[in-house]
Amino acid sequence: MIANEVAYNGKVEGDVIVTKADAVINWIRKHSVWPMPMGLACCAIELMASAASRYDISRFGMEVMRFSPRQSDCMIVAGTVTYKMAEVVRRIYDQMGDPKWVVAMGACASTGGMYRSYAVMQGVDNIVPVDVYVSGCPPRPEALLDAMMKLQDKIGKESSVKALTKSASAVSS
Amino acid sequence: MIDQDFIDELLVKHEYLSLVSHEDCLTLSCNRDHWLNFASYLSLEETFDLLVDLTAIDHGEDAEVRFSVVCHYYSRVHHDYIRVHVECASNENPEILSISSVYPSADWHERETFDMFGIRFTNHPNMKRILMWDEYPYFPLRKEFPLAGIDTPLPAPDVVEVTDASVEPAPMMGGPFVSSGSGPMSDSEPRAKDESWTEKSEKPV
Repeated sequence: MIANEVAYNGKVEGDVIVTKADAVINWIRKHSVWPMPMGLACCAIELMASAASRYDISRFGMEVMRFSPRQSDCMIVAGTVTYKMAEVVRRIYDQMGDPKWVVAMGACASTGGMYRSYAVMQGVDNIVPVDVYVSGCPPRPEALLDAMMKLQDKIGKESSVKALTKSASAVSS
Repeated sequence: MIDQDFIDELLVKHEYLSLVSHEDCLTLSCNRDHWLNFASYLSLEETFDLLVDLTAIDHGEDAEVRFSVVCHYYSRVHHDYIRVHVECASNENPEILSISSVYPSADWHERETFDMFGIRFTNHPNMKRILMWDEYPYFPLRKEFPLAGIDTPLPAPDVVEVTDASVEPAPMMGGPFVSSGSGPMSDSEPRAKDESWTEKSEKPV
């Protein structure tokens, strides 16, 4: 009978679960992504809609929108990044603690969108590393949720332990 | 509405005004020395208590008078607008008196006009850029300024050091993105109008 069991059985294996550190760390991280809304234009309205009850971003462990970069893991750049604002976006990104991720929400944040102009930065990836790009002008909340799930997949595949030991040795040396 | 009697009286009272041909609201050209006087006259002695807009026109580098400032006033008694043109003093360093002492709402309009055209408003309480950053070396709405922009360093040296980013001319593949403004949404989304040229194959002259 025991031979047929697929799931974890405490009687046989005791109170021990064997896994990889990467798997545990990533599992924790990806289900507690605290986003920071970097609302710069109309995309921020869709971002608010995804946080509200109809689309409910909290289903993915992301309901804790933090307006302080010190408390957040993921910056959602929602809107047009002007050259004047670019400096601010980068400074706020620098203030976020590691590990951190960036989602470029919508056409403007991804590529400058329809603003082919002297005042608009042609994609926020000129100043911060972007993990996920979302198309749309503005993207629907479903698109943002899909992007956040893509980000979770990406977090799940990271070699977190390697990154941790690397940053620890960088600090000690 | 403003009637002919009102216009006649205005022109007789203020000989520095001249009538400009117009199709919508009453349009006057004002001598630059009396520009502030006329603004305070409209505000205090007439009923034009609302400054609707203040902007400028660049008539081009070859024009005799390159820059003129345009102002719209509205009267809640007449239910009508007056448009006033005034020519700026110098073509190289255009200047005009600020009317923000009479119409406080002119403050930001004048700063925007300075930001975009480089027209300095004298006696303005805070004459600095409002949209572009303070160090920006150009005036974007002048005729010689290209829509795509000009290479400029970003204002924050520490950010530039980390990211190597700078202000670059925007890619103008097929011209600026504009909406056709009609038809179904899938067709009227902003896009390049002229797709016969790209960055690689030059725009046909």
